Amino acid sequence: MNYVGLQLALVLVVLLHAATLARETDRLSYTRDIQPILSANCFPCHGPDASQRQAGLRLDLPPAKQPSTDSGFPAIVLGSPEESELVARINAHDPSATMPPLKFNKTLTDPQKLLLARWIAQGAPYENHWAYIPPIHVAEPKVANSNWPRNAIDRFVLARLERAGLNPSPMADRSTLIRRLSLDLIGLPPTRSETETFLLDNSANAYEKVVDRLLASPHYGERMAADWLDAARYADTNGYQVDRDRQQHFYRDWVINAFNRNLPFDQFTIEQLAGDLLPAPTREQLIATGFNRNHMVNEEIGVIPEEFIAEYLADRVETTASVWLGQTFNCARCHDHKFDPITQRDFYSLKAFFSIAEEQGLARWDLPISINNRPYLRLSTPEQEASLKELEARVAEAQARHDQQLAEQQKTSAPASTESVEALAKLRAQLTELEASIPTSLIMAEPAEPCRTFILLRGAYDQPGAEVTANTPSFLPALPEQLPRNRLGLATWLVSPQNPLTARVTVNRLWQSIFGTGLVVSSGDFGSQGALPSHPELLDWLAVEFRETGWDVKRMLKLCVMSATYQQTSSISPTLLVRDPSNELLARAPRVRLQAEFLRDQALAASGLLARKIGGPSVKPYHPPGLYEQVVAIAFVDQTYQPGTGDDLHRRSLYTYWKRSVPHPAMLAFDAPLREGCTVRRSRTNTAIQALNLMNDPTYLEAAKFLAARMIQEGGANAGDRIAHGFWLVLARPPRAEEGTLLLQALEKFRSDYAAVPANSKELLEIGVPLPDRLAEDSDLAAYTLIASLILCRDEAVMKN
Amino acid sequence: MFLSPVQITIARRQFLRSTAACAGAAALATLLAPKIHAAGGLPSIPQIAPKARRVIWLTQSGAPSQLDLFDFKPNLKSQFDSDLPESIRNGQRLTGMTAAQARFPIAPTIFKFAQHGKSGIWLSELLPHTAKIVDELCVIRSLHTEAINHDPAMTMLQTGHQFSGRPSLGSWVSYGLGSENENLPAFVVMISLPSGKTNSQALHERMWGPGFLPTRHQGARFSSGRDPVLYLSDPAGLTRNQRREFLNTLGSLNHMTHDTYQDPDTIARIDQFELAFRMQSSVPELADLSRESAQTFERYGPESIKPGSYAANCILARRLAERGVRFIQLYHRGWDQHADCPGGLKSQCYDTDQPTAALITELKERGLLDDTLVIWGGEFGRTVYSQGELTATTYGRDHHPRCFSMWLAGAGVKPGFVYGETDDYSYNIVKDPVHIHDLNATVLRLLGIEHDKLTYRHQGRDYRLTDVHGQVVEDLLT
Repeated sequence: MNYVGLQLALVLVVLLHAATLARETDRLSYTRDIQPILSANCFPCHGPDASQRQAGLRLDLPPAKQPSTDSGFPAIVLGSPEESELVARINAHDPSATMPPLKFNKTLTDPQKLLLARWIAQGAPYENHWAYIPPIHVAEPKVANSNWPRNAIDRFVLARLERAGLNPSPMADRSTLIRRLSLDLIGLPPTRSETETFLLDNSANAYEKVVDRLLASPHYGERMAADWLDAARYADTNGYQVDRDRQQHFYRDWVINAFNRNLPFDQFTIEQLAGDLLPAPTREQLIATGFNRNHMVNEEIGVIPEEFIAEYLADRVETTASVWLGQTFNCARCHDHKFDPITQRDFYSLKAFFSIAEEQGLARWDLPISINNRPYLRLSTPEQEASLKELEARVAEAQARHDQQLAEQQKTSAPASTESVEALAKLRAQLTELEASIPTSLIMAEPAEPCRTFILLRGAYDQPGAEVTANTPSFLPALPEQLPRNRLGLATWLVSPQNPLTARVTVNRLWQSIFGTGLVVSSGDFGSQGALPSHPELLDWLAVEFRETGWDVKRMLKLCVMSATYQQTSSISPTLLVRDPSNELLARAPRVRLQAEFLRDQALAASGLLARKIGGPSVKPYHPPGLYEQVVAIAFVDQTYQPGTGDDLHRRSLYTYWKRSVPHPAMLAFDAPLREGCTVRRSRTNTAIQALNLMNDPTYLEAAKFLAARMIQEGGANAGDRIAHGFWLVLARPPRAEEGTLLLQALEKFRSDYAAVPANSKELLEIGVPLPDRLAEDSDLAAYTLIASLILCRDEAVMKN
Repeated sequence: MFLSPVQITIARRQFLRSTAACAGAAALATLLAPKIHAAGGLPSIPQIAPKARRVIWLTQSGAPSQLDLFDFKPNLKSQFDSDLPESIRNGQRLTGMTAAQARFPIAPTIFKFAQHGKSGIWLSELLPHTAKIVDELCVIRSLHTEAINHDPAMTMLQTGHQFSGRPSLGSWVSYGLGSENENLPAFVVMISLPSGKTNSQALHERMWGPGFLPTRHQGARFSSGRDPVLYLSDPAGLTRNQRREFLNTLGSLNHMTHDTYQDPDTIARIDQFELAFRMQSSVPELADLSRESAQTFERYGPESIKPGSYAANCILARRLAERGVRFIQLYHRGWDQHADCPGGLKSQCYDTDQPTAALITELKERGLLDDTLVIWGGEFGRTVYSQGELTATTYGRDHHPRCFSMWLAGAGVKPGFVYGETDDYSYNIVKDPVHIHDLNATVLRLLGIEHDKLTYRHQGRDYRLTDVHGQVVEDLLT
């Protein structure tokens, strides 16, 4: 026995008697019980990263595959914790011997130490990381309560609930269900007539009819795009420094359209990653490749282009890996991953797929207008194309004339004439202007000559190491021989049945869109530091189902919302509040705040202000004055914020102009990301800034005014009915008696306030665009505006219930 | 060193006693009195007895020239227009702006330097007011960074990383220490524009962003005018009484919702609406400079009467500090002197010198300098060689990451102290380099946080502000 072992023998005898440990009948699972401990505490120095490995010890592999340690003492002796150096070291009191070393601020708890010892006593069985094992179509589990399940999802959920001794919650009422469904599937609340139709529909498939109607709505694509655009880091500006505009809304509209026509997810993948490499790609397929051009580009004059080209390529790698593989490739940019088997070579081999033609590290900064960086697709009309050709020819001609003149002048030493220079400059300016008037869209294009790719030492752009060629990550199934080694091959590989990750990662994100939280909570990290799936069999079942039924997104969403799990009430029983506060077991429906876009969209829809046009250039709704001017670059381009007019003020929020350096503050207040990089999961906070936003943002006040007008105009003659109409429009239900009484009292109070000070009502009603008709006394309208604002601000309206 | 909870409590108590003794702090309105216990911070923090309770970071955006302000190089005078020796440049990469320049002619500063105060610290004539408080300053002449362009360099300075995605220093502090005033955000950002026509670099939300920390830790932008905080004011035509009535009704409605769903989030929302209501009183009171004395405005200089100026923001910074705001960050734009460095600097120093000095003086008078750390500086330095034309009266300076100057003042740092040394050209550091990570580690230490122990798990990794770097610069500390 070694030194440490001797020192600790006594402790071990007491703590870890092998016989006792081995008798424990409870079999430990490596994935569930052991890997999280080893990964977080040991892998950084004893894991996949060879350059950081200490003492020759590698704990991410089973003992048989572990190299022998420098000391020669085996870390793990199967079945014998007493002889295992690992156990000795984690229990050592000597600061020089204890593991993890004190300087890392990681301490194992006593239960964790016992778990490791028990696991070794049980023979230290390893398992491959769950996410890298291909999902199989698991048989649906047997459940005791066979009446409750409506589809496979429910059987998996119920089986776990029954194991935990819990019952599912009752079904939610129909009002709650239709509002929930509408917000989840189209991001808008139901209209009153939609709600009433559903409430009166006695047919057996009434619910399913609503689901089908919503999935067929053109607003479905907008709703789904909102989530995808976060992942695709879509924005309307370049992001760095001056942060000028780019034209990319054609890509955004492609996404909306792709969801609406239910483009199968494998095709959706291929077109975005490699649409340009398809045979005879269509204009739409080219636009789709804008996915990997959405990253930021720098236009700061002093930029060293190579440094930023490295950055753009890394962004493409990290985003693609995060969205399709759920892997944190960014960690492997400078060194082998500390927790997962992603090598630095894997990172650069993946990077080799993403070089494009005409890559520019420094974006165009020298023009008074914003022009997309090459490569782009020119979306010109035939007439524009003809004028362009003509003007280009004239520029070439003028250039030639100018060159000739210059040569003659040099020969004769004649004084320089400015004529040809001026002519040329004028034509060039005309060309720039024409070019700027023709819309373009950023796309991917293969370089004429293949670019060479090198491992960058420590990730530094100017420290090339070994050369690599395009390849898929070594820890995943290999890229089949018959596939081309380009982005098309990569995309095809991502959606091939052999790939264990894409289907899982994607259904998990779809689940997250509907249930608020993924079955794997860390939806961007399916690695060893990520969360384990709450329902692993369900995740696998969904993944296989998704892949084998044609990557049909609408079908998967329908499966989710048709489940009894989804249709439960979101009321939290006292038992569940204690037993499962985070709702991991799904014994109730989730109750989550609407995301930034849909919160505003709801107010616009309920008030009747919403302009329902789909697609087109981004728009500029109300924005706090002065906010831009404080931070934007003053030089180069005019960057004052000019709010739009007419419908532009009331389009759905996913069309709001997204300036990365100053995104709309209301979006940020409600947890939208900056869109500087890929985001697959937003935070969900509850703050005072949000309260101020809901109460005082002109967007919500204007909506309250128009909602008030609708309440008066459409609600009926008496106040109670009018208030009820407001409830229907926002909450899809009539008020309960005590709510009605409370709001009638408030209405009377506000009305008498405004009757006493008419000037105040006038001022309040000046917010936003004017109402088309004078429907009532100002004092009345102002009082209803506050009632409408109350309905929009209340917790039930802000939440999906 | 770890302190036991009891030790921490004792340290805190001593700390509070010393603060309470200051007349200024005691005079605050009860509504705004800092709560004794920090709210929302991590239970494990502070890990060591803090010297500073709050930070005022006076960010000079665009990168002020160390050669014309703090780093006096008398020998350069005789080398006017001679070439920077290659041995000095020694492979330093150049920005795209001067990479094509044929020569790198030395441009000595045209400003006079003199020693000031008991400490005898050298300062340029551009900083006559700073000269009067120089004995409070701890000047570091040996800061360095990697980035050579504004966007990555400012992102580095604020988040410890050149590229986007990491939390800003203020967000880390908010996350670690929480707020001391339940009516105000823990992290406040104020931005001012230069009064002169100088080149202003864009600022980005990410510079005060929360990165992967929960979004509530993002810096809240304060501005002067009707709404110091966005959407703070009630609309015209709505009285305070009506807003109260509104919130009473809203509270009742929300309690009904809670009866139905039993969701703790509903109660949290009721609380947040009430906090919003309190902020509607506390913030305008805070931002209202009208009751500041004429003497105050005189002290902060002529620009201070203009809302939104750096000078007015300095007064606001003092008021925020008095109310226990944890991290107060000012940005003043316009320090990017690629051309006409002398003219640009005069204008920038007119905007900032007097108000900065006034802020230090006032913090000291009110006893706040004892527990407030003030930081002054930009994202990198400037080159000794001229960018563009060099004449007897003018020159430009390009970006220079290898050395630059900053100063710290207040809680826990040595007053009247100079640290670090550069070579004869203020091009390379010859003694005591301080990297941005070292600066950040030191700032956290002063706040009672060990920089390698303030972590947040994101994508499976425990991230920290200083990444895997950073050394506390012990020599700077009292």
